[in-house]
Amino acid sequence: MSKDIRFIKGADLNLNGKAEKIINENSKSNSFAIQPDDFFALFPKLTIQEGEEVSKGSPIFYDKKNPSINFVSPVSGIVSKIIRGAKRKIESIVIENDGDREFSHNVPKNLNRDNIIESLTASGCWPFIRQRPYNIIADPNDIPKFILISCFTSAPLDVDFDFVLKRNKDDFQSGINLLDKLVDSQVTLTVDSSSDSFFKNIKNVDIVQVSGPHPSANPSVQIQKISPINMGEKVWVIRPEDVVNIGLFFKTGVYQAQRTVAIAGSSLKTPQYFKTKIGANIEPMLKIAGLRSKAQVRCINGDVLSGSITTKDGHMGFYNNLISVIPEGNKYRMFGWLPFVDNSIPSLSRTSFSWLFSKKGYDINTNLNGEERAIVVTGEMEKVFPMDIYPMQLLKVCMTGDIEKMEAFGIYEVVPEDFALIDYANTSKIEAQEIISDAIKLMIKEAD
Amino acid sequence: MNFLRKRLDEIKRPFIKGEKWEKFAPAINAFDTFLFVPNHTTQKGSHIRDAVDLKRTMVTVIIALLPALFYGIYNTGFQYYSQTGSDFTFLDAFMHGSLKIAPMIIVSYVVGLTIEFAFAIYRGHEVNEGYLVTGMLVPMIMPVDIPLWMVAVSVAFAVVIAKEAFGGTGMNILNPALTARAFAFFAYPTYMSGDKVWVSEASMIDGISGETILGSLAAGQKVSYSMLDMFSGSIPGSIAETSTLWILVGAFILIVTGVGSWRIMTGGILGASLMGLLFNLWGANSLMSFSWINHLIVGGFAFGIVFMATDPVSAAQTQKGKWIYGILVGVFCIMIRVFNPAYPEGVMLAILLMNVFAPTIDHYVYNSNVIKRKKRWKSAQIKTA
Repeated sequence: MSKDIRFIKGADLNLNGKAEKIINENSKSNSFAIQPDDFFALFPKLTIQEGEEVSKGSPIFYDKKNPSINFVSPVSGIVSKIIRGAKRKIESIVIENDGDREFSHNVPKNLNRDNIIESLTASGCWPFIRQRPYNIIADPNDIPKFILISCFTSAPLDVDFDFVLKRNKDDFQSGINLLDKLVDSQVTLTVDSSSDSFFKNIKNVDIVQVSGPHPSANPSVQIQKISPINMGEKVWVIRPEDVVNIGLFFKTGVYQAQRTVAIAGSSLKTPQYFKTKIGANIEPMLKIAGLRSKAQVRCINGDVLSGSITTKDGHMGFYNNLISVIPEGNKYRMFGWLPFVDNSIPSLSRTSFSWLFSKKGYDINTNLNGEERAIVVTGEMEKVFPMDIYPMQLLKVCMTGDIEKMEAFGIYEVVPEDFALIDYANTSKIEAQEIISDAIKLMIKEAD
Repeated sequence: MNFLRKRLDEIKRPFIKGEKWEKFAPAINAFDTFLFVPNHTTQKGSHIRDAVDLKRTMVTVIIALLPALFYGIYNTGFQYYSQTGSDFTFLDAFMHGSLKIAPMIIVSYVVGLTIEFAFAIYRGHEVNEGYLVTGMLVPMIMPVDIPLWMVAVSVAFAVVIAKEAFGGTGMNILNPALTARAFAFFAYPTYMSGDKVWVSEASMIDGISGETILGSLAAGQKVSYSMLDMFSGSIPGSIAETSTLWILVGAFILIVTGVGSWRIMTGGILGASLMGLLFNLWGANSLMSFSWINHLIVGGFAFGIVFMATDPVSAAQTQKGKWIYGILVGVFCIMIRVFNPAYPEGVMLAILLMNVFAPTIDHYVYNSNVIKRKKRWKSAQIKTA
């Protein structure tokens, strides 16, 4: 069955520095890290210590709320550092890669729902599965309404999953076959309607063709069109490469942390793809891709709209397939606030001629282009928010922390990344993603 | 540029956090950010940001106001010289108008910005740019012969009571510029009506008939101006509201740049035309039989619907709400004009009234979304049960 979804609202930003479609197999990364902050609202409990030897797939911490969910090492090596922040919060567990020790599991012969879930949680594959609402790791005891896998990207500079996973077609299919056993309905794949990806030939799934500007690839906006989340309902969401990892685990019995990452952005000489493992150190890859100049750059785990800041010697996040590198914008611009001045900065507002440069592509930096102000302009958030929700009103009730109203205005249906374009586009420089993220944290806290 | 930047950084040093003048930082920052877009980078949320900011938005509105303002300046001189019957050139008229209006603009900005700066320092937030537009609007909607102290008092009232009392820019319920106008009207009614105030220095000269069109209609007199006069704006009235032509140029700028809501403007014109037509059909008095097209081009309607009703803070905020709000502003404007001869200009009261009701309109629009969502939840529960 094939359905079509067409989005009209949203915006595509044509940024310079797209990754060239060559996969560099040798990322030269030797250090890998798991950062518990990648898992929204997770309380980790460590099972290893600094200096301990770990194998590929051996548990390093588990979820305090749900001890059956293991988080495992992506490589074999030695735990070189456990970095802690304020109140001894674990920020990063760094593992130096050495050898090829593997922590293998017996894959059950009878693949029923309970067996699969048990294998996934024990092996460290479970964190690949996240649930909506809230974008937290799914609860193995839930039965979701459906499973959604968004097989394309729409954010600026983001990867092409068709290109990345072409060689893993069979593993992807076997991953899908396993996931299919976890739900009553069929797994839903959303694909870019304009491209001829191999995902369209995957069997045992519902294929939904999607077209339209960013954020059309965000699971939330797709879910709202397919079957919106009602109070109490869950939808599970998995990234395509993690479906491959699940498939590979059941093939080999060993946790696989394959990650094909694009290092992209206008600050790089040769933006390209690397095949590495989850949590890889980005420093060697940055060196290979090469920085254009010595000017300060911002390295972002994820896309430029919704990613998180990392350093040049930082590590990749757990879920993302993209490291964006763009120039820092700590420069003054004289009279830059005048309309139709500095048109090289992309703008969705018609007070700029920036659209003239859209074909050529933009070299955008991290300047805030103004200062935070009270919300004055109305209607601009709705233009980039393709959901049946009033974004400004939802933000306002989130600021007041009124849970009942947050529910009524649709907090269950959104995650912070859906507000990324609102962050970008709004005149008053309101931090919309932060407001939504805080609101979701409040919802989770109140539910406990 | 570098030299200027360095000088500014030096000047700003005592205002940095922990230094002597720390409290006054918003004041110096306002000047600094006027010259330079600051070097602030994104710290959370999206790493890249649109080039648009509140300064740019507000300045776009001011640019849109300029055609009407320049015509208003010229018309001030034109009215003065043509009523006194002396010969004049375009430049004479423009000079006469400038000498009358520039002081009003200066007074409006000085008084308003002083209060804004004081509140910003007191509350410890940056100075919002909202007053840049309000400060320009206030003199533009005043009668030309209003004493400067009245402008000052009206501005002070509007900024303190209509804006800062509610929490400052973005929080106000009423449009501050219109509040200033309403304050002046109700506090000094003798100055704000009749036939003396609309023409510059009319009170000094005998024999001037500077009655506005709506004023004379309300008094049951015939209108002596042609439709072209009304459209081009060579008629007595508040400073910048007379020329529908130049206001339309402003409207064009606002709509093209997306800064002003075309929904509100279209809604307003629809509402006013409809109401005007209805009254034309009724035709019980001279105001009722005044053609609906003329209703659109005389008085402050055009200026109000283009520049005042579209103020995003005090207008409705949803798309549907904007339509309803715009239409009702138009309807009430004509209704007040026709039914209230004591105050023939209805647009000010119509917009202020709808400002008050805008949150209610929005509430019902939002609520329909909420009701839809809750219904969906219910039907899902029934399905699973």
